[in-house]
Amino acid sequence: MKRIFGRPRSMTNKPFHYCPGCGHGIVHRLIGEVIDELGIQDKTIGVPPVGCAVVMYHYFNVDMTEAAHGRTPAVATGIKRVHPDKVVFTYQGDGDLAAIGTGEIIHAANRGERLTTIFVNNTVYGMTGGQMAPTTLISQKTTTTPLGRDARLIGYPIKISEMLAVTDGTIYIERVAVNKPANIIKAKKAIKKAFQVQLEDRGFSMVEVLSQCPVNLAMTPQKAAEWIDNTLTKTYPLGVIKDKSGD
Amino acid sequence: MSEKVLMCGNGAIGEGAIQAGCRHYFGYPITPQNELTAYMAERLGELGGVFIQSESELAAINMVFGASAAGARAMTSSSSPGISLKQEGISYIAGAELPCVIVNVMRAGPGLGDITPSQADYFQAVKGGGHGDYRLITIGPASVQELYDWTARAFYLADKYRNPVMILGDGFLGQMMEPLEIRKIKEPKLPEKTWALTGAKDRKANIIRTLMLKVGELEEHNKKIQNKYKRMEKELIEYEAVLTDDAEIILVAYGTCARVCKESVFLLRKEGIKAGLIRPITLWPYPSAIIRKISNNVRYVLTVEMSAGQMVEDVKLAVLGRCPVHFYGRMGGGVPTSEEIVKKVKKLEAHRPEDDQPLAGRHKGTKRKE
Amino acid sequence: MQRILAAGFGGQGIVSMGKMLACAGMKEGKHVSALPSYGPEMRGGTANCSVIISEREIASPFIAHPDTLIVMNQASLDKFSKLVLNDGLIIANSSLVEINNDIRTKTRVVEVPANDMAIELGNLKVANMIVLGAFARETGEVKLDFLKAALEKIFPPRRHNLILINVKALDRGFKI
Ligand SMILES: Cc1ncc(C[n+]2csc(CCOP(=O)(O)OP(=O)(O)O)c2C)c(N)n1
Ligand code: SF4
Ligand SMILES: [Mg+2]
Repeated sequence: MKRIFGRPRSMTNKPFHYCPGCGHGIVHRLIGEVIDELGIQDKTIGVPPVGCAVVMYHYFNVDMTEAAHGRTPAVATGIKRVHPDKVVFTYQGDGDLAAIGTGEIIHAANRGERLTTIFVNNTVYGMTGGQMAPTTLISQKTTTTPLGRDARLIGYPIKISEMLAVTDGTIYIERVAVNKPANIIKAKKAIKKAFQVQLEDRGFSMVEVLSQCPVNLAMTPQKAAEWIDNTLTKTYPLGVIKDKSGD
Repeated sequence: MSEKVLMCGNGAIGEGAIQAGCRHYFGYPITPQNELTAYMAERLGELGGVFIQSESELAAINMVFGASAAGARAMTSSSSPGISLKQEGISYIAGAELPCVIVNVMRAGPGLGDITPSQADYFQAVKGGGHGDYRLITIGPASVQELYDWTARAFYLADKYRNPVMILGDGFLGQMMEPLEIRKIKEPKLPEKTWALTGAKDRKANIIRTLMLKVGELEEHNKKIQNKYKRMEKELIEYEAVLTDDAEIILVAYGTCARVCKESVFLLRKEGIKAGLIRPITLWPYPSAIIRKISNNVRYVLTVEMSAGQMVEDVKLAVLGRCPVHFYGRMGGGVPTSEEIVKKVKKLEAHRPEDDQPLAGRHKGTKRKE
Repeated sequence: MQRILAAGFGGQGIVSMGKMLACAGMKEGKHVSALPSYGPEMRGGTANCSVIISEREIASPFIAHPDTLIVMNQASLDKFSKLVLNDGLIIANSSLVEINNDIRTKTRVVEVPANDMAIELGNLKVANMIVLGAFARETGEVKLDFLKAALEKIFPPRRHNLILINVKALDRGFKI
């Protein structure tokens, strides 16, 4: 049943618009495969972010709506409360989720909304041309931190997954990466589990995906992938952050 | 004269702010104004000023509220969707009579729209995008030099009137590069900000607020700020008039559209059509008086905008039926070309004004037989 | 007045060309404007820049009909060649652009194999400068020296090591 080359059935054949080496395309594909494997294509509703993945709806045969920048979990909440039997997910960047939409994500998680959030952390604002994100590492250079991020001036890389883990509404949170095949396999398992938690009507689930934006990191795709292993995971360690799904 | 540098509009706004002594900038990235945010990050870093990339536009405008309340010259910038988010803060700032400068490099909407240039936030800027009876001094520069000059001046006006000032640009003005003379800006000295929050040392505590619960107090406060707005209407109006003396028809446009219209006026003149242009520079307060005056002498007015027709309402209010007011606009990122405007005028020329509805006050003294 | 439209794909240094032309025009004491296209928020795709160099104040920075069209790739030629008036000029990067006879009979065309020449010089990135050198010679609108001087304005100080190769490229384009 596994198709190696073609797209998952829940996806379209439209070519991705992402830059070479971008992680978004990989994450999309994993979501598509999980939707196929769970057989939920016809009951899934997605809410893409404002960010590079804003036109994610082109790539899926899944109902989707746009949301204002960062309001993604609020829009998803509205949808889920109308259709509790549907599978509703948000797909958000670090700007969308961890900056402008911090309020929405915390409260959706704390309400225990039966939503699944795929949080793509690439440490920059990809779409607007490489500004600092709340997840930008200390000393990392961006167009708005020309001398590198200085914690004294603009604080520390935010650990949203850990923050959400302390709210009682969250059931399952894991941090994964899509920089190499072994990590991609783990990422898919995590995404599948997150959807399953929702299908079991347990509460809020989220997968944080460390992803590469070679263009704005000013690295080759290969260097960017190595950077995730050698540098990014020091601040954002991979693994399960919270799992109450067995309780 | 200092040497000119080639600069994009977004950079010119930033440098204008720096020259005016702005050392506090708060913003959130959005295209097509990102060069301005990056410029402030760079320059304020060099100067030891404060640059904060906030978590949202909502936060940015409230940081401006705080910095302004503390007595600093503060600025935020964004583009249309982000400016919508700032509206709550702007209402509070206007109500609390705090000075600040807000830059809107407009892009096409509604909603996320796209990043192409637009003038569709005119209503939001000049009619009050937030709640309550308030006004923003609204400036519509039309060149890189004007973006610089007026941003610098905006800080002075904001302090002078204790009122927020909006610089209303658009994507093209932000991206366009022109020579810029970084000239010293000299403004009259203003009184100390004795109202600012600096710590109540040897004085009564300063309070900044918009909540006024005592019976009649809020109405008095409103009257006071309305009187201030009346004063601005007397003191602030600026516009450019191009070939209006002998004009038989007048174009009205601001910002990018005014640049295009200026060329159209030259093209029309070459073809023997006596066209002129009024370019409002202050969009609020609006140069109604000059438009009213000219409308007595021209056959019609044509307003050109990158919107479905917003400023044209103010033109109509100025003209008050003295002559027909026509409109030509493009939306969703479309920019009128000088040729399109010439074509529109020629079409209007073919349609003589005598064919139009009789208009009040137009044919004074002549009785029309119905 | 000289209205120049430069076009190509992202990464070919189109906006840099526009800035260089505007800076050189400024040095001549003329009025200038440079208006880059700015595409959707994602990168890639095509880029163009409208530059006006004029004796009198520039009303509109938009160009309906360029006096000179500089095309760095085929798509740009196909898109913009119709806009050039009959007495206009097309300067084409002939390494990537093929000009058909139809265009040739209507408009004066200067072909510069800029990519090949740039590779000869050891850096593909300077193809745009080779074309600018050719522009300076063909039109006389800007002085070669002023273009060279503009390089200092275009490159941030930390990248001034690149100026030498760019000067070479300008010279190379001027001499063909
Ligand atoms: C209210 C509002 N503010 C700002 C923007 C501009 N904007 C678009 S995407 C984006 C951030 C994108 O970064 P991220 O969420 O990390 O996604 P990425 O592109 O990196 O995947 C911003 C600031 C907007 N569209 N709306
Ligand atoms: S800018 Fe970065 S995140 Fe956006 S598509 Fe390109 S590589 Fe991906
Ligand atoms: Mg991001």
